[in-house]
Amino acid sequence: MALLDVIDLCVEFPTRRGILRALDGVSFSIDPGEILGVVGESGAGKSLTGAAIIGLLEPPGHVAGGQIVFDGKRLDNLSQEEMRAIRGRHIGAIFQDPLTTLDPLMSVGKQLIETMQTHMKLSDRDAKARAVQWLEEVGIPAASERVFAYPHQFSGGMRQRVVIALALCAEPRLVIADEPTTALDVSIQAQIITLMKRLAADHGTSIMLVTHDMGVIAETCDRVAVMYAGRIAEIGPVENVVRSPHHPYTEGLMGSIPSLEARVERLRQIDGAMPRLNAIPKGCAFNPRCGKVIERCREERPVLLPTATTMAACFRANEEAA
Amino acid sequence: MNALQRFLDSDFIYSFKRNPVAMVSFGVVVLVVLAAVLAPWIAPHNPFDLASLNLLDSLKPPFFQTDGDPSFPLGTDDQGRDVLSGIMYGTRISLEVAILAIGFSLTVGISVGLIAGYVGGSVDAVLMRIVDVQLTFPAILVALLVDGVVRAVLPPSAQEALQLDVIVFAIGISRWPQFARTVRGSTMIERGRDYVMAARVIGISSPRIMATHILPNVLGPVLVIATLNLGLAVLDEATLSFLGVGLPPTEPSLGTLIRFGNDFLFSGEWWITIFPGATLAVMVLSINLLGDWLRDALNPRLR
Repeated sequence: MALLDVIDLCVEFPTRRGILRALDGVSFSIDPGEILGVVGESGAGKSLTGAAIIGLLEPPGHVAGGQIVFDGKRLDNLSQEEMRAIRGRHIGAIFQDPLTTLDPLMSVGKQLIETMQTHMKLSDRDAKARAVQWLEEVGIPAASERVFAYPHQFSGGMRQRVVIALALCAEPRLVIADEPTTALDVSIQAQIITLMKRLAADHGTSIMLVTHDMGVIAETCDRVAVMYAGRIAEIGPVENVVRSPHHPYTEGLMGSIPSLEARVERLRQIDGAMPRLNAIPKGCAFNPRCGKVIERCREERPVLLPTATTMAACFRANEEAA
Repeated sequence: MNALQRFLDSDFIYSFKRNPVAMVSFGVVVLVVLAAVLAPWIAPHNPFDLASLNLLDSLKPPFFQTDGDPSFPLGTDDQGRDVLSGIMYGTRISLEVAILAIGFSLTVGISVGLIAGYVGGSVDAVLMRIVDVQLTFPAILVALLVDGVVRAVLPPSAQEALQLDVIVFAIGISRWPQFARTVRGSTMIERGRDYVMAARVIGISSPRIMATHILPNVLGPVLVIATLNLGLAVLDEATLSFLGVGLPPTEPSLGTLIRFGNDFLFSGEWWITIFPGATLAVMVLSINLLGDWLRDALNPRLR
């Protein structure tokens, strides 16, 4: 059984000019121990999906429909208090920028201890010992001496390791990682990704990895969901989505990854821009930018349907294969 | 040891050492505070001890004038009380009132500011309108009003016993809105930061986030304002005492001393009011200069 089931999730923002639907019928699931990648352009709703799952949508945004089922229990209708007991304990989160995720005036050890003691009955001494253990596990050298050092005494990469320790120390079953490597330089990115992968495997943690870096996805994930304008365009095992995409948008995304072998004058891109939330076209949201558009795409909204290797929301996904 | 060394090497101390005004002000403040705190042990006389007063010593001028008596360096008042000792004891009371009042202001202001800034919405609106309304009245007027109301409500016996508490409350209640505003502003900035979001993700409760994560991060500017307000609170107390609604004459603060001395100013006994007045002025000036420096030193953009 899936650890997390998101069923037909809709998130809306009421504004003066009407209701904006930022997520529209998003459905996916994550199995225990699985790493699901979520990709898409800025504003496609990747981060919002994560925020909705942990119940931290910024008001006035709210879940307007659908269900979020975690470990057999619905999350979307829990009270703030009930949700607070689940956050951190069962679902952890890692944010983009390690420079700002840590409280600058609290030592990293204290932050770890606070997190663990919020959710588990631990004596101060045990909590400290586990804090040191966690710092060691995420690869902080001389962890026992640095446990009470402050965030500014660590480098960016080290800080992101601390953030990962912070997200994992209450041993959650699911971690939502929102662009965890974007703020880091490339060599550190690889280390952090490897670390997250190892820790997820060691502790059997599922990860929802939000990113716009296809390289990170290909390296890390078991399955990947491609989002466009608040909807899922394609979802499937990472190999299949990367190698043989069935949705024109996924194809475009893959095509825009520069190749090291082929020398080209211009980098490939998808023409146009993602529609604004108040002007999502009728039918398929991607139709104005799509090279394979047919009349039906402009009238009717495609649903996710199985293709040969993935699930894609495209009327023409299967005729390609046929 | 290590922490002390780090503190001595910090930018903060560096900036202090390069700023003569800050160093002099700090010296003056330390001197005044020491003299006040140690008054019962180092003051030459005890102005509260009626038995030691001798009317023959009354209205002596300071030592540098021809009739001066070296045992009363700054002269005496009409009851034969030593002006220097009076100032030391008076400063003690003035500082006590000011520190307690600002402590009270800080507690109320910080709590209101944190809640308004963190919770936001209608709670914020209501709390800030209260602040706005209070800020339309001068602080001293609020203090006078509170003082008057409390005195009217309390029975005379309780008034006697609670005089100090009443004036602390009156000054404290008149100064909290500033703190509340500052804390609210900083809190609104901090609550949008990722580390607060991270704390919420971890599942830490809102009161705990406010107390352990946001409060330390908003405290800097508040402490600067608190320092500046400490000087103003000393003046508030002096003003209230000068107007005769402050502390009783049996426990003279600097303001009380100035008020008494004022009556003798035109008959030539200038020292009774000028010395306490000068002490008050120098002390408040030093506290303000120190506060100014602190504001600059703690503001990274002004470095």
